[in-house]
Amino acid sequence: MQFSSYQTEGFYDEMFQTDGAARPHFQLVQEIIQSLSDGQLLRYKHAAERLLLQLGITFNVYGDTAGTERIFPFDLIPRIVPAQEWERVERGLKQRIHALNAFIDDIYHDQKIVKDGAIPAEVITSAVSYRKQCRDLNPPWGVWCHVTGTDLVRDRDGEYYVLEDNLRVPSGVSYVLENREVLKRIFPGVFEGLPVRPVNGYPSHLLEMLESLAPGTGGAPRVVVLTPGIYNSAYFEHSFLAQQMGVQLVEGRDLVVHGGSVFMRTTKGLERVDVIYRRVDDDFLDPIEFRGDSMLGVPGLMAAYRAGRVALANAPGNGVADDKVVYAYVPDMIRYYESEEPILPNVPTYLCWRDADRKYVLENLGKLVVKAANESGGYGMLVGPHSTAAEREEFAGRIQANPRNYIAQPTLALSRVPTIVEDHFEGRHVDLRPYVLCGKDIYVLPGGLTRVAMRKGSLVVNSSQGGGSKDTWVLAATGHPPRGGQQQEQ
Amino acid sequence: MTQTKPLLSRVADAVYWLGRYIERAENVARFLDVNHNLMLDLPQEYAGQWQPIVDTTGDRAVFLERYGAATQANVLQFLAFDPENPNSIYSCVLAARENARSVRETISSEMWQQINSLYLQITAESRKNGPTDLPSFCHQVRMGCHLVHGILHVTMSHNEAWQFIRLGIMLERADKTTRILDVKYFILLPSVSDVGTPFDDVQWSAVLKSVSGFEMYRKRYGRISPDRIVEFLLLDGDFPRSFRYCISIADRSLHSITGTPVGTFSCPSEQRMGALRSELDFTGVESILTAGLHEFCDSAQTKMNTIDECIVGDFFALRPLASEAGAVNG
Repeated sequence: MQFSSYQTEGFYDEMFQTDGAARPHFQLVQEIIQSLSDGQLLRYKHAAERLLLQLGITFNVYGDTAGTERIFPFDLIPRIVPAQEWERVERGLKQRIHALNAFIDDIYHDQKIVKDGAIPAEVITSAVSYRKQCRDLNPPWGVWCHVTGTDLVRDRDGEYYVLEDNLRVPSGVSYVLENREVLKRIFPGVFEGLPVRPVNGYPSHLLEMLESLAPGTGGAPRVVVLTPGIYNSAYFEHSFLAQQMGVQLVEGRDLVVHGGSVFMRTTKGLERVDVIYRRVDDDFLDPIEFRGDSMLGVPGLMAAYRAGRVALANAPGNGVADDKVVYAYVPDMIRYYESEEPILPNVPTYLCWRDADRKYVLENLGKLVVKAANESGGYGMLVGPHSTAAEREEFAGRIQANPRNYIAQPTLALSRVPTIVEDHFEGRHVDLRPYVLCGKDIYVLPGGLTRVAMRKGSLVVNSSQGGGSKDTWVLAATGHPPRGGQQQEQ
Repeated sequence: MTQTKPLLSRVADAVYWLGRYIERAENVARFLDVNHNLMLDLPQEYAGQWQPIVDTTGDRAVFLERYGAATQANVLQFLAFDPENPNSIYSCVLAARENARSVRETISSEMWQQINSLYLQITAESRKNGPTDLPSFCHQVRMGCHLVHGILHVTMSHNEAWQFIRLGIMLERADKTTRILDVKYFILLPSVSDVGTPFDDVQWSAVLKSVSGFEMYRKRYGRISPDRIVEFLLLDGDFPRSFRYCISIADRSLHSITGTPVGTFSCPSEQRMGALRSELDFTGVESILTAGLHEFCDSAQTKMNTIDECIVGDFFALRPLASEAGAVNG
């Protein structure tokens, strides 16, 4: 397969310059791919799909009754991020997570940022994800967002923007690790010439961070991963992370609060649990304090947490900063807490509760992307340029009925990466979700999930909406030139 | 003190059933294969006997109601692919896979992949247009299950979870061996005049083959004799599918789980298992045949059901908090 007819079509292409030449970091991979015999790349692609199915790397789609398990579409062409570009992304993420932590800790305590007038009080009081149950809580190290999966996008100018912070229970990191394993097994030759930074250290970093949260009861801390169960769309990831860390994967019914501490039910009786990496939303965590109808949670868990008998990651209540209205103020938070200018900019955001913004949004629905303030996963959103008049009218009604719940952003011309489409390459829009761990220190995984909108022209990359993924290579700044290894036929 | 990680009750339950379902799928494939083979050897007027193997799996009523005639095609569909038959190969492998999926972090990746592959193979076969090549399909299932056993043995620590899987496998195998003996003894041998005929030899050989015991029996006893076959399948100490062998391994697993020395007991399941084990250690085939093989098999089934219930109570049941208060560790 050749790139000779590949067109960037005016978009920022991650792998090609506007003049059609490969970017320096892509040249070697381009050469290797072009040197493959006819049909070889497609054979690799099929082998990768078979492997993913056999490995059982699948996700479940809610509301889909027939064949609920699917493989997450995987494209073989990697997305490559040069070292100096990544260095800036990493600094920007650390700065942002640091500020977000400070913000969450602040608004559950003194709310200095509001008192000092840097953020309007109503931003917080109106956020449905603000949990009054979390007031005055002091999680270890003052950390509220232990695992973050920030969504970054690049516009036509190639600038990285933060699209969403995803502080609550971000998923997808298992695909980062498995995509790399699959690509290494199917297509080892492409790794030979480039200093690709490994991603498989993630589970060790995660475990170390989680263990550091343990409420010093003496002895080795017992960490568990709490999953909603096998029907959850991210179940594969929950079991994968538990397996990779060598810890128990538990469901709510496996845990019990007894004498103020949390225990799990084992064949030998109750065993104390110190740290819970919970992949269950706040709402379902504890039926006593949150949703009473939750069957997934553990009654009394919040009380144990509040008493410091167990650590929870991520901290309940941190979702307040995922609110898309609160998001709009993150640059102000960075200035307020860090006394720095943001390294990674936000996407410009119109807040529909402001009269002027709402007027602009309603007049320009066809140009904008409208999102519900408290949704994720590509639900509850309108992509203006791809919408029908009826959809725009429906959204206009919803915005007027509940302006606080809607924000709008310009439709970005997301960057593209060459992707195998049938028997040739076409550009497809992508985003990038790096993973950040925050305990005593902040660690950014050198890699991330590149999600691809597989449909031509589509800007929606969510797996629930037909998106796929690519392996993401962050290159090390070694300075030495690529080795230029020969691709081995196999 | 170095501690192994405690095993969640839910996980213990899931891996126990994982073991049982894999063993069950393999046994159903064995029955189908051997019966098919037997039919080819029998004189025309005896051929076409597919009803007995439905009886072996204990699903006679359901089968008759849904399928009527016990033709090869009907029995194959019912026992291999029918998703509504909870004991079909498909249902067993699906259940094994669902259990494996819920404990993927506990079993090895290799084991998960093999169970998943087996599931994908069977699904593909069941969706295929055109008839199934019965012998090669059964071979595929058996080999697939053997691979699970092998992978289980060499990729997973022989820890508590492993012991629960083995416990499930052994109890299921013990159940199937007693069942097949019971059913064959009564249904395939209706006429006293057939005893000792070449026809009789063929049938008894089939019973042995269905548990892969033909060659091992020959080495041990030589001549085909119903009494010796009963002895071999129930009481042999070395043959891995004999009733006594399965129970003795299951007993060992149970003691390895609790840490109680063999020969003593700390919970109802150990007590029942130990009683059954010593009964098998000290009985002889003559007394079994005198009292009646069917009666023996029947009572063996009942005892195993009780053991299964005790295992649930001792290890899996999520007991109310009050009774757990005394057992708080850490």
